[in-house]
Amino acid sequence: MKGIDLWRGAVLAATVLGTSALLAGGHDGDGDRRLPPVTNAAWQAECSSCHEPYHPGLLPARSWRTLMGDLGHHFGDNAALDPVTRDDIARFLVANAADVNGNRRSAKIAASIPASTAPLRITETGYVRAKHDEIRADVWRRPAVGSRANCAACHRTAGEGDFSERNVAIPKAGPTAVAAGRR
Amino acid sequence: MRSRLLFAAGLSVVIGGIVGTGVALAATPQQLLVDYSVLAKREAPAFAGFSVARGADLYGQPRMRADGVKASCSGCHTADPKAAGRSRANKDIAPLAPAANPRRFTDAVQVEKWFARNCPDVLERACTAQEKGDFITYLLSVK
Repeated sequence: MKGIDLWRGAVLAATVLGTSALLAGGHDGDGDRRLPPVTNAAWQAECSSCHEPYHPGLLPARSWRTLMGDLGHHFGDNAALDPVTRDDIARFLVANAADVNGNRRSAKIAASIPASTAPLRITETGYVRAKHDEIRADVWRRPAVGSRANCAACHRTAGEGDFSERNVAIPKAGPTAVAAGRR
Repeated sequence: MRSRLLFAAGLSVVIGGIVGTGVALAATPQQLLVDYSVLAKREAPAFAGFSVARGADLYGQPRMRADGVKASCSGCHTADPKAAGRSRANKDIAPLAPAANPRRFTDAVQVEKWFARNCPDVLERACTAQEKGDFITYLLSVK
């Protein structure tokens, strides 16, 4: 079952990527901004029990090392893992990190962070902060958004590593309708 | 006699060393309760069974942590264990009560992982086997 799902996912990802590469070549040339497809079973299973699994290309390797070194204190939650799973995920994150993967958008994120710092929140990197400077505080607090941790609330294609502005749809403020839509 | 849970902990290290991830140890909630009762007796010889009421208290009672944060199981899992909860990062959590979600309490490794995270998170200490058994007993009683 799992194998088939992974295979189907891989085929789908390859198709989507192939198509987007063609489209990108045709008009706007930012196909390389899409973060490269990555997969790791433990990353997918463990990280997504509490939040969307953040693409490793959104933070530099030193940030991932720091973060994975203290999962017992993970943004106010205890997210401790057994050492084998933790190390598996940490290796995957570091191997595909923003300062490692060669992707254009990742490189911009990496370049926006002073070498002396290792931010743990993606939204605290200079690049991501600057990209969101027009978003008012109350928009982040809308029920369907909740917090800055919820990329996919607006970046509907975040799961495919696509953070392009044309795929952004900010949920409206109406609390009940939006909350019901997400459940 | 070794309990299944101690066995499970050892087994997860062994299997984990081979396959890395995806460790699972199939069980039923009832089997887990038997295992926790063995551990509870070892922790306290006066152990006299699990209690729905104590489990309900553990689930629902908010507690002020030393850092001033009010924490409870129901804070994320909602007051109704048959309902979907919401993580602090705003992601849906599948219902905890087996009546609403039959996959709950069917994998000893998963169960121990979440107790090991969430007991320190809410109680600022590990849960006893008595508390774990009370908790599962309460959730099984929710129909």
